[in-house]
Amino acid sequence: MNVQTSIKGAGPLHHDRQLLLDFYRRLVLIRQFEERVKFLFLEGTMPGTIHQCQGQEATAVGVCAALNNDDFITSTFRGHGHALAKGLSVQEMLDELFGAKTGCCKGKGGSMHMGNMEKGMIPAIAIVAGGVPLAAGMALAFKMKGTKQVAACFFGDGAVAEGAFHEGVNMAAIWNLPVVFVCENNLYGASTRVDRVMKNTKISDRAASYGFRGETVDGNDVLAVYEAAKRAVKECRSGAGPVLLELLTYRRTGHSRRDPCHYQAKDERESWFSRDPIDRFAAVLTEGKICDSTQLDAIKAEVDAEISSAIGQAQKAPQPTLDDLLTDVYA
Amino acid sequence: MKRQGIAEALRDGIAEEMKRDQAVFCIGEDIAVPGGWGGAFTVTLGLEKTFPGRMIDTPIAELGFFGIATGAALMGMRPIADVQYGDFLFLASDQIINNAAKMRYMSGGTCKVPMVMRAPIGATGRGSQHAQSMERYFTGVPGLKVVAVSTAYDAKGILKAAVRDDNPVLIFEHKLLYGSKGARAEPGAVDATSEIPDGDYTVPLDKAVLRREGTGVTILGWLLMAHFAQQAAEELAGAGISAEVIDVRSLSPIDYQTIGDSVKKTGRVVIVEEGPKTGGVSAEISAGIMERFGEHLQAPVVRVASADVPVPFSPILENTYRPDASRIVQAVRQLVQS
Repeated sequence: MNVQTSIKGAGPLHHDRQLLLDFYRRLVLIRQFEERVKFLFLEGTMPGTIHQCQGQEATAVGVCAALNNDDFITSTFRGHGHALAKGLSVQEMLDELFGAKTGCCKGKGGSMHMGNMEKGMIPAIAIVAGGVPLAAGMALAFKMKGTKQVAACFFGDGAVAEGAFHEGVNMAAIWNLPVVFVCENNLYGASTRVDRVMKNTKISDRAASYGFRGETVDGNDVLAVYEAAKRAVKECRSGAGPVLLELLTYRRTGHSRRDPCHYQAKDERESWFSRDPIDRFAAVLTEGKICDSTQLDAIKAEVDAEISSAIGQAQKAPQPTLDDLLTDVYA
Repeated sequence: MKRQGIAEALRDGIAEEMKRDQAVFCIGEDIAVPGGWGGAFTVTLGLEKTFPGRMIDTPIAELGFFGIATGAALMGMRPIADVQYGDFLFLASDQIINNAAKMRYMSGGTCKVPMVMRAPIGATGRGSQHAQSMERYFTGVPGLKVVAVSTAYDAKGILKAAVRDDNPVLIFEHKLLYGSKGARAEPGAVDATSEIPDGDYTVPLDKAVLRREGTGVTILGWLLMAHFAQQAAEELAGAGISAEVIDVRSLSPIDYQTIGDSVKKTGRVVIVEEGPKTGGVSAEISAGIMERFGEHLQAPVVRVASADVPVPFSPILENTYRPDASRIVQAVRQLVQS
């Protein structure tokens, strides 16, 4: 389960500078968003529960950067990063987390069901692997309609044990559907380590048994994720889908709120923390002379200000009225 | 006009909707295999010749293909998902209940799932796992519409209305009503044929239908039980008891307008349900009637339902399990005399 720390592929200098800075900004946006949300939950001002993605930011940013605006993603209960990476605004998400009427789902979805159809994200699915057949179905629609859209389906290592994974992936395979299955393998399904529930812990191997291509990628390397996702999306768009990407990563925070992660070994945590996706990408940018640390700090400050302003607004956003309880059940 | 059974009427309805709208497609097991069966009960037989590319045969994977249908519906398609036996809906229920039914609400009304699901149910000599009455498990699911068709006319009109509806609609069909003659005839099959008009028509998804007018008692039933209720009413008429028969048809939402009009008139209600009495749809209808029209009741609501056991195999046990016309007659006589 070791991950190489070097940057694979062509390296950062082959990418547009603005794209690289945008990657950095998105990584930081997700991290800061999650940290601020965590604080709001712990201080008790934000309702509900949370499943956070600190440490996994590069998977969302790298994959979504390879998609077009009209491509769709499915996400999970750990979906804030996916939503931000797909283009949902900080404001509509914070409003949703505060249960406000102005949230992306009018306060009816909440943390586990973030989505915005206009931005290419159906409400996130909080049943493990539930999004796998859905994404295949979305891809079937794209294929039947003859659009060149692609679906990207995010799920965790835990989803691989579900029947829905097998059924959805198998049908995507037999019909060559344009769907990228993105497994964020963070080594733990809730508190259970992958090697306790899988004989073969290399999840990308499963693709071969269904007759399509799978690839394991350093999920804490945003450029490696981006390159792999671009390849996968291109294959899907050309009719050669599906593709399974296994992105190795690690969650820096608990499964859900107040989980102290006692099941994660100290040396394992330290080893992964030393490969933090944001620190690593910052080093790539500064060592590659893309920018200096002052510029990175400026991006962080901008992101902080944006989130602070959005929190202030979300805390004052209009709550649903009791009449809203009964609407939106049927179309 | 032509006389058709439920299977033929559904097939024509599906074909007409597929012709009308390119977004409509069928997905299910063994529905379009050349030389195959056209689904477990021949409903889609031959449609693959007319609509190649829109008749999708799946692996045996109900959870998967109901999820696929839901995903396709979210992206603007209008799938008709076919489960061979209603019992298999348990496998698909996560996708139906957690995703198809809830997406609209969870999204704050920004997405829709225009999806039709068809499921044959009923005890028909197949033992416990190809026989259950599944309505009860889906009628209390917000976001889902549930209907039950007992005639060929309704089957075609409801199928078409369901395809055009922007919500997930689950249609229950009964295995003893597909056809009483020919290849589909099964022991105990009942004639559910209708005169089918030549032109396009739909039947509303939220309306019960009065099958027989009467004054002394209201008998409510659906699917096979709607037919048995009419047989019972005929017999009761001979004994001087005037029974009104309503085919409930729309199980979610329930049409309390039509039911209420009858209850106010007769003051006595018998609800007939195939399926165990405990936790049945008849319990919901009974409570709904008490809440709304309790002051009009001259006697407590009576239910005729199956025993609280799995569906048995042995014909003698199965026939005892399933309510029939004579049990309905007996219940009505007791109620009227009370």
